[in-house]
Amino acid sequence: MKHIISVLVENKFGTLNRVASMFSARGFNLASISIGETEDPEISRMTIVTRGDDQIISQVLKQLNRLIDTIKVTDLTKQPHVERELLLMTMKLSRTTQHEIFELINVFKGKVVDIKQKSITIEVIGSPDKINTTIDIFRPYGIRELARSGAVAIHRGES
Amino acid sequence: MHAPGEKLNGSEIFFECLRRENVAYIFGYPGGALLKVYETLYDIKDIKHILVRHEQGATHMAEGYARATGKPGVVLVTSGPGATNTVTGITNAYMDSSPMVIFTGQVPSSLIGNDAFQEADIVGITRPITKHNFLVKDVRELALTIRKAFYLATNGRPGPVLVDMPKDVLNAVCTFEWPETVEIRGFKPTVKCHQNQVEKAAHLIARSKKPLLYIGGGVISSDASEELKRLAIEQNIPVTMTLQGLGAFPGDHPLSMGMLGMHGTFWANQAVNNCDLLIAVGARFDDRVTGKTDTFATQAYKIHNDIDPTNVDKNVKVDLPVVGDAKHFLAAILKEMPEEKTDRSEWLADIRAWQKQCPLTYTNESDSLKTEYVIDEVCRQTGGDAVVTTDVGQHQMWTSQYYRFRKPRSIITSGGLGTMGYGLPAAIGAAFGVTDRPVVLFCGDGGFMMNVQELVTAVYYKIPVKIFLLNNSFLGMVRQWQELFHQEKYSFTDLGDSNPDFVKVAEAFGCRAMRAENPDEAKKAISEALAWNEGPVFVEFKVIKKDMVFPMVPAGASISDMLLDRLNPKTMV
Ligand SMILES: Cc1ncc(C[n+]2csc(CCOP(=O)(O)OP(=O)(O)O)c2C)c(N)n1
Repeated sequence: MKHIISVLVENKFGTLNRVASMFSARGFNLASISIGETEDPEISRMTIVTRGDDQIISQVLKQLNRLIDTIKVTDLTKQPHVERELLLMTMKLSRTTQHEIFELINVFKGKVVDIKQKSITIEVIGSPDKINTTIDIFRPYGIRELARSGAVAIHRGES
Repeated sequence: MHAPGEKLNGSEIFFECLRRENVAYIFGYPGGALLKVYETLYDIKDIKHILVRHEQGATHMAEGYARATGKPGVVLVTSGPGATNTVTGITNAYMDSSPMVIFTGQVPSSLIGNDAFQEADIVGITRPITKHNFLVKDVRELALTIRKAFYLATNGRPGPVLVDMPKDVLNAVCTFEWPETVEIRGFKPTVKCHQNQVEKAAHLIARSKKPLLYIGGGVISSDASEELKRLAIEQNIPVTMTLQGLGAFPGDHPLSMGMLGMHGTFWANQAVNNCDLLIAVGARFDDRVTGKTDTFATQAYKIHNDIDPTNVDKNVKVDLPVVGDAKHFLAAILKEMPEEKTDRSEWLADIRAWQKQCPLTYTNESDSLKTEYVIDEVCRQTGGDAVVTTDVGQHQMWTSQYYRFRKPRSIITSGGLGTMGYGLPAAIGAAFGVTDRPVVLFCGDGGFMMNVQELVTAVYYKIPVKIFLLNNSFLGMVRQWQELFHQEKYSFTDLGDSNPDFVKVAEAFGCRAMRAENPDEAKKAISEALAWNEGPVFVEFKVIKKDMVFPMVPAGASISDMLLDRLNPKTMV
């Protein structure tokens, strides 16, 4: 099963490497990992997407906790949370397709970030599932290049 | 001695920190990146630097010292090749959870990343084999980093921590400050066990008809032997130990069942598979212990106490996990034990019957020598009280079987990694830490050659280690597997034609050396060696070539399917 894990880590060089190499050394699945500073510049938040049965996920969480540079490890999967991913994608553009493409961008609540004679670059934000669908739908129009940020996630605030 | 507030350079700060961490010995080897450090060291008298002959030797010595004393071992090596030579020793300490702090010199900060002369990314290389590591980028961080390194190495589950120190940092000057306390927000080991879990465990132990204590190295490192003895003896619970746990409970006590697992005793393994309650303390259900996990202790309710939560449910699913320090766990259990005791005489009788059925035995012949006999005889002559280090192979397993360890911190051996070449330096390191008990090494003819250079260190510092070489002219343990499982193809394991004259080798290093070829000579050589303490003494025992360690659980088999001897290799009882 897919799990989304949020980890607060020391904002130091090598921390990402420690986490990533722990995953590879122990043979854990690592679907995506993203990292950025938090409101406290000494602390970064990592969002990790991984897959595994309960036994494996429990090991993943414990092994993450065991690293000295991790401060807090939370499995968000079964808690209320928001999960988002950013997609940047450049596609071919032609007279015959541009109308449809613009319509689809609207459907996916995307934004045009760059446009040239024969190509268009868009951004779409959404859950990783929505991003997968977006890519599938646009594929027939000719994707030149794409970049995904990997998921970032956060606990939903208290009401 | 320097006081906080003084202006000091990095090298002076380095030694002042070691002093404040009560470091008595440094095992080290100099080089370009450490010139300033060795310049400072030249005038230091209160911390002893031991010059090794290979950096791998330094790491095993530091580990031997740590395991014999419980104090962290300290290593000092230069950048590049000096640092990479420590990799095996660091991995060994990591696998066996030994407290160690390794200091490496590094090229100047401005050259890091430039493929500078003798540059190696040792922090990157050792990330997966250290508990944690640091690159010190500013001399003002040096003292705090060293403080943290010792704190991490010795608290929670012990392990090696590496500190990489660039040359310019060691030269730079700053005001020395000593942090009295350390606070690492990402490191908060659970030492005290949860009281609820303890009460549950105590209740189960009190009621169990067929309990078994399965004891690992955690009991030794948390100094919990006294608590263990009380629990086992007051409650009449038999005790089996892992290789690293040997000595936690006296091997000559009737409740001791010796080691379990691949080369464990038949009765210990039978007890594991017949007990109704397995109490694992400071042990990690390693594959050499469990054999096939789905047939391991299937009838037992399993309690597992470990300081490291990642060890819980890693290999074998347990029923009652209790995270915390072993000493705390056992002490807390003792408090909860009720007055009235469960009768366990039937269970103990079962165990005695298994013991009678397949005891540990060997037959001695007057004109040839067996490793089992040598170890047995050393055990007799030292009363089971020596600090025994081993290398890796058959002699190591026979040591676990025939040396009946009576005290904790008595066996120093490479368990997790199985590092040949570990024994000699580990013995030397142990002998720096322990001077009131003999320090004995059992070593194979293969492994001896892997760090033979450290004989010089033993001779130079007049270390009275008893080096007992069991020369079977083979890479014995590999030969055993070849005979049993690989069609007797003795591929590259026969050292008979290529081994040197070991007595001459030892003598060339300046070591007193003897040879023994039969039990009478062996007995005499052992007593002579034990009586002589002016420096190291070496005895080569010419043992028979094709002996095999039994009983044995083939890799991946259930521990109830033991091979009992060579003639009936498939006999299962
Ligand atoms: C550094 C290293 N290389 C290879 C091995 C594989 N190995 C395990 S036991 C063994 C044979 C050891 O032979 P010897 O030192 O003569 O001891 P014996 O088994 O004969 O007692 C070997 C090669 C190892 N454990 N460590």
